[in-house]
Amino acid sequence: MRHNKKFNHLGRTSSHRKAMLANMASSLIESKRISTTLAKAKALRTYVEPLITKAKDDTTHSRRVVFSHLQNKNAVSELFRDVAVKVADRPGGYTRILRTGNRLGDNAEMCIIELVDYNEAMLTSTEEAAKPKRRRSRRGGKKEEAPAAEAAKQAKPVAEKESATAEAEEVKAVEDVQPVEETEEKAEAEVKSEASAEAEAEEKPADEASEEDKKKEE
Amino acid sequence: MAHPKSKTSKTRRDKRRTHYKASLPTLATCSNCGATVKYHHICPECGYYRGKQVIEKEIAV
Ligand SMILES: [Zn+2]
Repeated sequence: MRHNKKFNHLGRTSSHRKAMLANMASSLIESKRISTTLAKAKALRTYVEPLITKAKDDTTHSRRVVFSHLQNKNAVSELFRDVAVKVADRPGGYTRILRTGNRLGDNAEMCIIELVDYNEAMLTSTEEAAKPKRRRSRRGGKKEEAPAAEAAKQAKPVAEKESATAEAEEVKAVEDVQPVEETEEKAEAEVKSEASAEAEAEEKPADEASEEDKKKEE
Repeated sequence: MAHPKSKTSKTRRDKRRTHYKASLPTLATCSNCGATVKYHHICPECGYYRGKQVIEKEIAV
C-alpha cells in the first residue's frame, strides 16, 4: 500500500538525502539553472521553494533557518540579497522543470531545473503570447476536427473490409498450424470434409468475386 | 517458506516473457526546426521548447 509514502527517498538514507538536497539547492541558487534527473529535480523543487519563500522575510531568524537547510553561507547571502528581490512578486512556483531526454548509460530521465525569474527569454514571451494562443487553438481545433472526422469515416469502411478478409485468411492459417487440435478433430474432419468440400467449392468463387469488387472500389 | 518444486523450463520462462513488449513513445515535430521530438521535451536538435529558445545549441559550421 502507498499509504503516507509522500516523498521520494531517492534510494538514500535520510542524512545522505538531506546532504544531497542541500548541495543541489545551493547549486541552484548560485547558478540559477542545473541539469539533473527528473526524480531529483522534483524532490529538489519541494525542498527549495519553501526556502525561497522564507527568504522574502529578511530577518536573522529566517537566515538561520535557511542556513540550517543549505549549509552554505554564500548561497544564503545570494538567496537573500538577489533572488529574494527578483522573486518578491511571485506567489510560489519559483522553479521550472524542463525535460531534456534520457541519459546515455543508465537511460535516466534528465531535465533542467531553473529559477523562473532568471530566464528572461521565457518571461517576456509567455506574458505576451499566453492568452490569444489558447483561444486560437480551441477554435481552430473544432473546425479542423470536423472535416477530418468525415474523411476518416469515408476511409474506414474500406479499411475494415480489407482487415476482415485478412483476418479470415489468418484464422484459416492458424487452424492449419495447430497439430493438437487436428488429431482430435481428424475424425470429425473426415466426416465433414466430404460435405465441406462441396460447400467450399461453392464459396470460393464468391469470395474471389467479392475481393475483385473491393479492388474496384479502391 | 514455500519453495518451487522444479526449475522453470526455458520454454515456460520464454512463454511468460512474450508479453514483455516495448512501447513506442508519442512523437511530435519541432515547431522551430522540424525534427522529431518527444512530447513535453526540449528539442534535442535546436534547444527550443514551446516556441522558445531554452538551451543554447552550437551550430556546426
Ligand atoms: Zn528543434
